[in-house]
Amino acid sequence: MGLWRWLSNSLSRWRERAGVRGLFSGLAAAGAATVAPAAVLPDDKAEAMFHVYDGGGVKADGPAFLVRKKLGERVSLSAGYYIDAVSNASIDVVTTASPFKEKRTAWDFGADWLVGNSVLTLSGSTSREPDYEANAVNADVAADVFGGMTTLSLGFTRGSDRVGRTDRREVFFDDVRRWQYRAGVTQILSPRWLMSLNAEAISEDGYLGSPYRAARVFGAFVPERLPRTRTGRAVKLRSLAEVLPDTALRIEARAYWDTWDVRGRTIEIAGTRKFGPQWLLDVSLRSHKQTAALFYADNAQVDTVFVTRNRQLSAFNSLGLGAKLTWKPAAAWAERYGVQVTGVLERKRFRFPEFIDLRNQRPYAYDANVMQVVLAGRF
Amino acid sequence: MMSTPDLDPARRTFAGTVAAGLTASLVAPWFAGVAHATSVKPKALPPDFTLPSSLGGNLRLAEQRGQVVLVNFWATWCGPCLIELPHLNRLHDKYRSAGVLLLGVSVDNDAKAAAAMAKKLDLRFATLFDTAKTVSRAWDLDAMPSTVLLDRDGRVRHIHLGYRDGLEKTYEAQLRELVKE
Amino acid sequence: MRPERGFVGTSLALVLALLGSGCAIKPIEPWVKPYERERLTDPVMQWSRASLADRHREHIHSVREGARGAVGVQGGGCGCN
Repeated sequence: MGLWRWLSNSLSRWRERAGVRGLFSGLAAAGAATVAPAAVLPDDKAEAMFHVYDGGGVKADGPAFLVRKKLGERVSLSAGYYIDAVSNASIDVVTTASPFKEKRTAWDFGADWLVGNSVLTLSGSTSREPDYEANAVNADVAADVFGGMTTLSLGFTRGSDRVGRTDRREVFFDDVRRWQYRAGVTQILSPRWLMSLNAEAISEDGYLGSPYRAARVFGAFVPERLPRTRTGRAVKLRSLAEVLPDTALRIEARAYWDTWDVRGRTIEIAGTRKFGPQWLLDVSLRSHKQTAALFYADNAQVDTVFVTRNRQLSAFNSLGLGAKLTWKPAAAWAERYGVQVTGVLERKRFRFPEFIDLRNQRPYAYDANVMQVVLAGRF
Repeated sequence: MMSTPDLDPARRTFAGTVAAGLTASLVAPWFAGVAHATSVKPKALPPDFTLPSSLGGNLRLAEQRGQVVLVNFWATWCGPCLIELPHLNRLHDKYRSAGVLLLGVSVDNDAKAAAAMAKKLDLRFATLFDTAKTVSRAWDLDAMPSTVLLDRDGRVRHIHLGYRDGLEKTYEAQLRELVKE
Repeated sequence: MRPERGFVGTSLALVLALLGSGCAIKPIEPWVKPYERERLTDPVMQWSRASLADRHREHIHSVREGARGAVGVQGGGCGCN
């Protein structure tokens, strides 16, 4: 315990003095000492996607673009653009307000550097919609060690959001600050088996609710009251193995817990199979279950400091079944530019046993459809 | 309880993972086999092999003594290998008449795919197929691609692990030296 | 509530365990050689093939569900260079 505190204090002091640069060069120096295979920069690519989410009265669709290109041997740059045209008639909106439409636009930029056996990534993103602005800056490092069999990764994100409401003249009235710390290990276990363990801690500080959402106390609607801080942690273990020739099985399990007493577990099982040189099919099943936040109540019978009726903070479960099909055209031009077309269809079922649909006084449930079409290539 | 910022535990978590990462990366070189004992040592004879050749029949390494030999291990799934091969093709064209033999050893599981790639790149030097990885295991070189230069007595003179931009110039300089001997 | 210390201790222990097995005797060698990594470069053995599609999917999960995080930064690679 004493040793831990000493280590933690000296690390914080070192970190403040040396800065993040010190951490990177330390990892890079250690990585460069290995004789073995080095990390590689991500490949050049260009992707265009059309996406649709339709469920629970919310329909969001739009295009998205991503471009990534190497500059020389050591640097790769990327840029992305994403649009969500949202038509919102969700249960909250329909029972306590009126349907609306709005557009969300997001950009992101990134740069990757190859330093010895490590890839350092710096990226930033911004998302704008009429009543919410989200900004984030990320720093990640991924180092190949142990003969290239192990990849260690560390990452940090600092987010800063502005929260607003469009039914007031002065739109933005509060903000949220976010810190995310991640660490991960990916290990090659055999020529046909990989496993990966990832952990992340997310800390938020600020206005964490929705200014439009109402809670119910003793049958009456009141504005929701949420704490101004939240810290959550997630740990995910996943395995990817080639179980049959050209067939891989992926299993993922994630546990989540936070200071609002929400505990969630997510399990996903997927199978991928190549059919000839041109077709690839991926089928997945995902189950997510979580417990309610400490102060969640559909209709609170006690007056508490914090109260919310956000169904996403209630005890709910969701089950998703998805399929992804990728096609590589056989033509010479397609081969040269690495062209492939991917279509994704996923159906998700949400059940909220603790959230009552006010329209029929029964526990709320809905099905959602997700559709994506992606055209990818390199240049 | 909930009204005070909960940042200290998050910072401790970060410190913990940084500690883990640093420890791992500092400990890692010890495990990476820096002092790795390979059978391919300078001034020694490398393990002999006989492999099927794209130019017909089998090729035995020991029978190539009298020529300067450059052995390059590559695979169709290895990006840097495919970038290096055209440079080796040029070296083959330039130094073949001076008594230099280039051998490309493909470690692909599928020899047909390797032969197709060799044809696509118009490789004019022999491609040997090590599908069972017997030669790779015997030579035990820790990188892809890897290149070994042998002198006229068949002894190992230079070992190159990996490929960097401009490495072909080093190959050329070393080949010229070995040819002059 | 000691989730922080358990969390930190577990991540530290797991990372060291992965690398430290057999450390008392002699260094262990990487057992999957670069020339054995062919299957790992195959499209079926990638965690993610279309990053835009996966990003969108994770966005949906973080918006529609209360749990977020640990999406993952991957490694493995072709062992080249």
